[in-house]
Order: sequence, then C-alpha cells, then structure tokens
Amino acid sequence: MEVWKADVAIVGAGGAGLRAAIAAAESDPSLKIALVSKVYPMRSHTVAAEGGSAGVVQAHDSLEHHFHDTVAGGDWLCEQDVVEDFVARCTEEMVQLEHWGCPWSRKADGHINVRAFGGMKIERTWFAADKTGFHMLHTLFQTSIKYPSIRRFDEHFCLDLIVEDGRVQGVVVVDIASRRFTLIQANAVILATGGAGRVFRENTNGGIVTGDGMALAYRHGVPLRDMEFVQYHPTCMPGTGLLFTEACRGEGGFLLNRDGYRYLQDYGLGPAEPTPRNKAMELGPRDRLSQAFWYEQQKGRTIDGPHGAVVHLDLRHLGEAKLRERLPQIYELAEEFLGVDPAKAPIPVRPAVHYTMGGILVDGRCAAPLPGLYAAGECSSVGIHGANRLGSNSLAELCVFGKTAGVEAAAFAKSVAHGPADVLLKQAGASQQRALDLVIDPSGTERIATLRKEMAQSMEDGCGIYREARSMQATCDKLAELRERYRKVRVEDTSSVWNTDWLLAIELGYQLEVAQAMAWSALERRESRGAHQRLDGYGERDDANFLRHSLAYHAGADAPHIDYGDVKITRSPPGTRAYGAAGEKAEQELAEQELVEQELVEQELVEQERAAQPGRTGEAHRG
Amino acid sequence: MAETSGNGKVIRVEVLRYRPEQDEEPFLQGYDVPFTDDMSVLQGLQYIKDWLDGTLSFRWSCRMAICGSCGMMIDGEPRLACKTFLRDFPAGTVRVEALAHFPIERDLVIRMDDFLAKLERIKPYIIPKEERTLAQGEYLQTPAQLDVYEQFSSCINCLLCYAACPQYGLNPDFVGPGIMALLHRYNADSRDGAAVERMEIAGSEAGVFNCTAVGYCSEVCPKHVDPANAVNQNKTRAAGDYFLRLVRPKGGAK
Repeated sequence: MEVWKADVAIVGAGGAGLRAAIAAAESDPSLKIALVSKVYPMRSHTVAAEGGSAGVVQAHDSLEHHFHDTVAGGDWLCEQDVVEDFVARCTEEMVQLEHWGCPWSRKADGHINVRAFGGMKIERTWFAADKTGFHMLHTLFQTSIKYPSIRRFDEHFCLDLIVEDGRVQGVVVVDIASRRFTLIQANAVILATGGAGRVFRENTNGGIVTGDGMALAYRHGVPLRDMEFVQYHPTCMPGTGLLFTEACRGEGGFLLNRDGYRYLQDYGLGPAEPTPRNKAMELGPRDRLSQAFWYEQQKGRTIDGPHGAVVHLDLRHLGEAKLRERLPQIYELAEEFLGVDPAKAPIPVRPAVHYTMGGILVDGRCAAPLPGLYAAGECSSVGIHGANRLGSNSLAELCVFGKTAGVEAAAFAKSVAHGPADVLLKQAGASQQRALDLVIDPSGTERIATLRKEMAQSMEDGCGIYREARSMQATCDKLAELRERYRKVRVEDTSSVWNTDWLLAIELGYQLEVAQAMAWSALERRESRGAHQRLDGYGERDDANFLRHSLAYHAGADAPHIDYGDVKITRSPPGTRAYGAAGEKAEQELAEQELVEQELVEQELVEQERAAQPGRTGEAHRG
Repeated sequence: MAETSGNGKVIRVEVLRYRPEQDEEPFLQGYDVPFTDDMSVLQGLQYIKDWLDGTLSFRWSCRMAICGSCGMMIDGEPRLACKTFLRDFPAGTVRVEALAHFPIERDLVIRMDDFLAKLERIKPYIIPKEERTLAQGEYLQTPAQLDVYEQFSSCINCLLCYAACPQYGLNPDFVGPGIMALLHRYNADSRDGAAVERMEIAGSEAGVFNCTAVGYCSEVCPKHVDPANAVNQNKTRAAGDYFLRLVRPKGGAK
C-alpha cells in the first residue's frame, strides 16, 4: 500500500470540502492538503442545489431576524450560540464567493440581488438564477485550482478512518480506476461527504449521497446527532423525486389541490394573497408544507398520477419571460422530463426526501469528540438546523463551516506530529482486507439492488412525513434483518478496474447503518417536533422531556444505543412556531411584550435612581 | 423482484462493453429492458446494473442534467443519458457507447484527465482587475455585464462538445470547445484582469486556430453554452494579440 503524507486530509469535495481545503491552504501555504472525492469535485451533489444561499444584506433586515427565523424554523432544537456565529458570518462568505467569481444575479445598479425563501421573514437569499449550487460548486472548484498545496485524489473512495493513540491519523482510500490502495497519513481529517437521502426511496439526491462520512465516523464511536430529522421537500417530481426549487414559490408560485384551491390556507399558513408574503402560505417552512400535503392526501383532495398522489405547482401567472429569467432550469426540467410547459400548465409535484438535518456530532468549531476529526456541511451536525432546516441556510453553511473546519483542522494538524507509519499501515491493511473480502466471497447470495430497494421502501414506510411506533419498529426490525442478509451480499464483478458493483456494496453497508441511526432515533423520540411528526399519541412537542438532541452510538452488529444531549439556548426560549397571519400576530405580540418589558425596566431604573438621588448625587454619571 | 414492471414495452439496449483485464477489444452486448415513457436512458442502464448484469460500469449522479457525469454516445450522438428518453427510440433498440474521442477506461467510463489538465492550465479563476477587501463588499456588476459571460459559466464539464469536435478527435492537444468556453467565461468577466495571460494559451499552437468552425459542439451542448461562439470571439481576439506581439515583441502585450 502506498503512503501519502498530508497535514490535513479532507474527504468529500463538494461545497464544504472545497471551502475547507481553500481555508486550510490560505491559513498556512506550507501545509499539505489531501482532498479526496469519490467523484470529480464538480459532480458533487452541491451542484444540484437550486434556490440560493442566505446572508443578511437589506437595510430593513438584521442578524437578529435571521437568527430568530432559523431557531424557530428548527423548532428550538438548534445550538443557539452556533446559530449566532453562523448568521453573523454568512454575508461575508457570500461576498467572498462573489470575489471568487460566483455569477450572482444582480439588480440594475450592479449590487447583488436577493429573493424570498420559505420561513425567512425578509428576503435574504442570494441566488444565481436557479442554479445557485452549481455556480457555487464550480466557483469553489475552479478557485481551488489556484492553490498548489491542495493535492486532489479525484475518484478515490474512502474506506476507513485510521484511529491510533486516541486520535484520527489518516484515511484509507482506493483509486476507483485501478483499485490501488493508499494510506493518507494526516494529523487532521475533515469529513465533508454530504447527506444520506438515498436511504429513502423517493428522494431528490444524487446517487452518490450515501452517508459515507457519517458511517465512517459512527463506526469509530462518534455519535450521530438528531438523525431522526429528515427533511421532505414539498415540491418534487413524482417518480424520480427530482427537485423543483423553493424559489418557484419565492418567485410567486402557488400550490393547488385537485379543486385548484390553495390548500395551505387550511393549515394555519393563510391568508391566501395573490403575491407571496414572507413566512406565509407557499413561503411557509418545508416541514409544514410537506405535512399539509399528507393531510390533503388523507382527505382525498390530491390528484392521482402514475407515480402516486400529486398536487399542482402553478407558475403560469408568472409568465414565460420571468420564468425563463429566474427559473430557467426548472422550465427545462418540466418541459423535458414531464412534457409540461410551466407557462401554460401546472407542474405535478409531491414531497420527497431532500436533506439530512442530523449528522456527525461536532461543536461550533466543527470538531468531533474524536481528536483530529472535523466535519462540515450536510454530513455534520453543527447545530444550526435543529428539527427543520430553512431553505438557503445549507449552502451558506457549506461556506461558513467549511471555512471553520479548514482553519481549525489546519491549526490542530500543526499541534501534533505524524505517528509511526508501520502501526498505521497495519490498520490500513486490515481495512483494505475487509473491503476486498466483499469481492472475493463467492458464497454471496443477496443481490445488492434487492437489499437497497427493501431498505429504501422500509425507510419510507416507517420514517416518512408522519410516523408511529408500530411502523418505526417494523423498519428497525427490517434494517436488522437487512444487515444480517448483507453479510451474504453478492458482488458479481471481480475486476479491479472501475468495479462499481463493489463500491455499491460498500456504500450499501454505510447506508444500512446510517438508516438504523435514523430509525432508532425516530422511534425513541416520543414527541412531535419539526420534521419528526408522530400520529400515535405523541402529536405535540414535549419540551420537558425532549428539548434534547438525540445521540446515536454505533453498537457493532446490534441496534444503536440512543442517548441524549443538552440543547444550547442563549436568547430565544422555546416558543410557538407560527406562520401566516398567526405568525405575524405572534411576532407583533412578542414585540409589544418586549417593548412593555423594556419600558418597565426603564421605569424601574428611573425610580431607583430617583430613590437613590438624595444621598448619591452624581452617581449615575460615574461609571 | 425487478424495479419496473413497465407497461409491457421492452427496448433492446445495446451497450459497448470493455473490461481491460479480460476483453481484447470493445464489443456490443444487448439487454432487454422493460420501460415506461418517462424513463431515461440512464434509468435503463440502472435497470441493467441492478437486475440483469452487475458488472456494467458507468458514471452517474444527479439524474437532472447538472452534474455532468453521464455523457455518452447514444445512437451515435453525444448525449446526457439522464435527459435522453427511451420513448424516443421507436425502433425498439438503442445503442449506448462510451464518449467518442476519449480513451475508454472500462465500459462507458472514459478517461477525462486530459480535460482536467487543460482546465488547470487556463487559470480558471478570477484574477482581479482591482483588489477589493471583503469589508468593501461585492464588486458591482450590472445585469448587462453579467449577461456577457453568464452562458459560458454554465458549462457542466460533461465533455459532449469534445466528443462532437472533429478537430479534437484528430488532435487531442487542441484545447477544445469546453475549455475555450470557460476561458472566455473568465476573460469576459468585468471583475477579471487576466485576459492577456489566458490568451497566450488560446492563441498558441493548440489554441483557437485549430477550430474548423463546424459548430457541432454548440449543437450537442445540453446547457446552451455555445462554445463555438466562445471560440470565435477568441479567434478575433487572438488574432489581435498576435498582431500586437509582432509590433511589440517582448512582453508588449502585458
């Protein structure tokens, strides 16, 4: 096995991995950085993000607003200190991308433009037409070429972390084209491998989104936090699950049921007005919109399509010119994949799995409990999404925390020395053998696709938009059965050149374990919060017992062990999540209450001062 | 246990196979794939991989024509498999091969390090005309200025244009349409000041003048990038730069 000595190794070269690589390279140009990706960086799934990236810019907006939208949107399961840091740094990162060439959409005066997004009180979503993720990814990738200290390992698949002497000391990777194995020795490792949406049947994710980094960390004892929170995006293509961005609604699109009725007004999101009002109706948060779809389906008010029930995303009133300018990709997707001209007919849509809110437990500096290990982006749980992510916060997260991870990992790497290569090589050799055992076992009987299909169906059945103990337990049982059957998985392809059959088998192993963390965390959370909604008597949020993060610990061949951790509350005590008119009323009441409280405090101060005045003249001016 | 029962329709998918460890040369292998009208060629290949033959290798990810992974020759034309539909082959058969003009690594997977090497050479990043700190905020760029380069920034690096380019087929040193589009993307950006540096690449032996203006590259581009237009604009420019270098021979163009 070859050995490549790096200071920092990064696994995953999407938005977070690339941003981390650049940050590490800039923090110290003498550091050697290994950037590993199982695909070429520009294929990473960041590419498919459409709508935009958050960053406060308007004069009537504030970091305070962004903070409160995010924390309430996450149903108070956010780490509030981390959210404060996040919202304060988003805009600078967006400007940084602008300096690196990102083709942000502009206003007539040349300043960047922002659009409305679900759950956001004020327009603060930076966008590049409806291909924001694509442009961010290519900008970061092409910019990364500037830095000679970043050595890319394109189309290299990560098989394991090397943990020795209580800290991470490298990764084992295999070159997909040649099946040559390399031990990348590194003093710090950043995981930036994205989400795990492919464990569900109908999803918006690319084929590569298989939870690799989550599984790698999890197997080494790092807990996966809040894995029960999986976001259903409300407007996806039936059958394939392909995404129609939230920007469709940000630009003014309507959601209609079979009667042509804007049904969201029946779910506490009204009133229905002809143009979008922020945090109301179609611009409500994703969890609420997907849940409303489910109820419409129960009421028989959805439309039957060849791939199940749908509702209509109506963009006709926006007109062809605006659609071509603001939503060109959506226009083409509808035309080519569905044969629908969105200027002339509504687009059939339904919810599909989109985003993994939970992930590898890290603190606000992106450090995992295992020394030397860092994580950023969708694979991580840094604490900004809570129980429901707001659209456009995750692209900003890639930059803000990609940078943090790069800087912190670089600093850590400089504080330690490389361990003895022979010890690490022995471990790496064992990892290599475990991976190869999958190929050379001729007794395999279980077809990869069969296991994967049963897993995905079971996750949809048990951990969908609404959940109950019986079906979640059935999913947990099914996953245990599948892990047992996986021991006899059959890899048909034995060759060493581009053996994707073998890689699919390894990915399936990752997926099954991540799916278990999701299902067991869901089963154990006996309340409803954000994207985790139950029908079996736990329909309400239960702060007394569950204002806590779930932590899933790997337990070998057994089901994960579920524990809990505290939630950091700084200045937003858990309140009621309200949207539409109710939300505005609640906000107004809150503001009035704050005003009253402030007046009371001031009045009290005045009285105290007055009472103290006779004997303490001048006190108030002293200090 | 198959994924799709279909509606009784079956298409014959003929795939070019090549496994360097066991095959002397590439050969066509046929598979019968049940399909529905909304299924893409990519979904057909996935069906084969999942249920008929796990040894077939091909690249794919996003399924929505933005990651650029699944470029291949489909009935002889460079196409993205994810946005080519099985319903569009009424004869009941479709031939799928690795992208033309590239060495085959395995089955439908081609070697693309030549493209990456060329991309790295053209300095595909902003080299600012004037420095600006983050605290100074964004560079101003009007919608009209954005419009000048935006389409060229939409290249997804799928390489269809290279498979379409007869000149690249003859001379792999030719920088090629996609890279020319990306070079032009930066040269035409109002924030950038390094056009002259990049033109030394574009105007060199392997640069724009190799293009014979067939225009097939723009025809096959799935994102309307129109690389032929980028090449042409840079021909004019390179000719100008060449003339300048003649008059001011040493570093005069800098």
